[in-house]
Amino acid sequence: MAKYILKRLIYALILLWLISIVSFLVIELPPGDYLTSVVAALEQSGSKVSVEQLEALRQQYGLDLPSYLRYFRWISGFLVGDFGYSFEWNRPVSDLVVEPLILDAFIAVLIVLVTYAIAIPIAVYSATHQYSVGDHTVTFLSLLGLATPSFLLALVTLYIATTWFGIDLTGLNSDEFLLAPWSLAKFADMLWHLPTQILIVSTYMAAGVVRVMRASLLDELRKQYVVTARAKGVGERKLLFKYPVRLALNPIISEMAMVLPATISAATVTAVVLGLPTAGPMLLRALISQDTFLSATILMFLSFLVIIGSTIADLLLVLVDPRIKLERSEIRG
Amino acid sequence: MADNLTLNDDTASNDTSTKAADDYFAASQWSLIRFKFKKHRLAMAGLTILAVLYTLALFPGFFSVNTHNETHTDYILMPPQGIHFVDAAGNFSLRPFVYGVRQEIDDETWEKTYVRDEAVRHPIRFFPQRENENLWGALTLGRHLVGVEAPGVWFPFGTDEFGRCLFSRTIAASQISLFIGIAGVMLSFLIGSFMGGLSGYFGGTIDIAIQRLIEFVLSIPSIPLWMALAAAMPQEWSSTQVFFGITIVLSVVGWANLARVVRGKTLEIREADFVMAARLMGVPTMQIIRRHILPSFASYLIVSITLGVPAMIIAETALSFLQIGIKPPAVSWGVLLQAAQSPNALSQSPWLLIPGAFVVLTVICFNFVGDGLRDAVDPYR
Repeated sequence: MAKYILKRLIYALILLWLISIVSFLVIELPPGDYLTSVVAALEQSGSKVSVEQLEALRQQYGLDLPSYLRYFRWISGFLVGDFGYSFEWNRPVSDLVVEPLILDAFIAVLIVLVTYAIAIPIAVYSATHQYSVGDHTVTFLSLLGLATPSFLLALVTLYIATTWFGIDLTGLNSDEFLLAPWSLAKFADMLWHLPTQILIVSTYMAAGVVRVMRASLLDELRKQYVVTARAKGVGERKLLFKYPVRLALNPIISEMAMVLPATISAATVTAVVLGLPTAGPMLLRALISQDTFLSATILMFLSFLVIIGSTIADLLLVLVDPRIKLERSEIRG
Repeated sequence: MADNLTLNDDTASNDTSTKAADDYFAASQWSLIRFKFKKHRLAMAGLTILAVLYTLALFPGFFSVNTHNETHTDYILMPPQGIHFVDAAGNFSLRPFVYGVRQEIDDETWEKTYVRDEAVRHPIRFFPQRENENLWGALTLGRHLVGVEAPGVWFPFGTDEFGRCLFSRTIAASQISLFIGIAGVMLSFLIGSFMGGLSGYFGGTIDIAIQRLIEFVLSIPSIPLWMALAAAMPQEWSSTQVFFGITIVLSVVGWANLARVVRGKTLEIREADFVMAARLMGVPTMQIIRRHILPSFASYLIVSITLGVPAMIIAETALSFLQIGIKPPAVSWGVLLQAAQSPNALSQSPWLLIPGAFVVLTVICFNFVGDGLRDAVDPYR
């Protein structure tokens, strides 16, 4: 078991390293660099930039170095918590990203929990009442949810909130708290604003989870052992929760590896719509202004979240289902 | 095949149910799939709606009622106009019509409102006479299919902040939105079946390497990666270049799922006798994969492809919505939804969300068709 955990962790580390390369490569793809866009903006406003000035800036930012050297500088800084310098914000990246990324991780965990809290009871109801009105409603809604882009769901929610209830759900804090330092009151205010995004993304994610869970529970309910248990006079409720529901949860846990990237994706887009100060909007802005280190760092940390999550999911699965441990360690072993 | 069917006709013509049964047993795999698919009502409905949407997308100029990028400064952010058959006096006319619209400005708040002018009626005609319109698309006939004659106006879905007809824009946008899904899936399919085929056929180190690559791609959250790739496209690219750029960006992630399906099936089939026979006859490896292995599970591939389109369409919509995908003046549903981004605009002009309904409808239809196909190709159902 310890050996398996160790292997899984080493594998995760290799993945993280690969992701750092890919993040950097992708960010380096566009022609030109941050200074090109600065110069373009300056020239548009009429001021001239001298070649010497430009070269000095290039050297200061390390933009004159070849890509691989810049990658090397950036990644070696990672080990000591130095993620490079944000050109646009004129501050070290580490100052900028910590708060939004912690918020993102916090939100992602809550989203996953709320998703399961919504999806599992609904799926159990839907599977045990197959072809009832409730089941058809659930199926219809989950098909609709699967077909709706998450940002559209956010837009519709905003529309309903503003026109029907007159509340503005955008932002993380009400206006009076925007610039205030963190305090208990500000935190309480945030808790009032957070659920919007969490509920929107969870509802969106739950649509898929309900479909998988309902199908796998229906498969379990048709199996022989259920019939046997029923024939032996086990009560329906006990019969349901003792084995079929637990077994039907397995695909859900192993799907965590898919649910997490989707959660992060949906959270990124909805955060832009809702105007939250999380990593998504910051990434979008950094990408557009070619703020290399900032966008690469965010992209990398978002992938970190996913990999950490799926590693935990893999380890959880081994604990929950002894059959999987054997298969997995054989494949990876 | 045809011989078989005529034979059955002779022997069982007096009993239709036996004939149906005989047809069933004599049918090829593909006709069986077609039988079963046709019985799936939701899938057939989905297929019909998709056929309509794609037809509209092929001839956007013909099916729209205005030119999609023409601005009507007198009609900015106007709500959708309803079609009427019965006028205010209760008279019924078979030819539908729309009422004229008058703009009124509130004396105190200076707020503009559009008021229905029931005195003016613009009948909706086939091939109406309109001036100065430059229609585009493959089939134009120089006219719109339906519309009202100038100087009347008809905006079935209302107008946007520049007074452009949202209906015509939605139709025009469907061209990019619908076809980028297909293009993205096709490219993903090419990469996916190549990688999956190699992985499943050779096994060993290649298999492990490709498997890890797939896991790697799937573990990066797709939207942030897509955002980074889309933002990497040069600003000065033309609309066509951006279209293909986005297609490539989408397939960078999209191939992984298809490769998984292909690999699994290839593993199953590579041990089959006909593959061994081909190998013994000296058929080159790529040709074995392409000519013998892939076609033997083509039906499963079609299911995966169909179910892969919605993800592409949603991704394009999201990227364009974030202003890093398709860029104006080119239009896609995501570009149109940008107008709905601010809560203010949204609460005053909710019709700006209509293009979103088209995204949802298209994706639902693709999912229905995919589910129907999946049931149809499964011989055990």
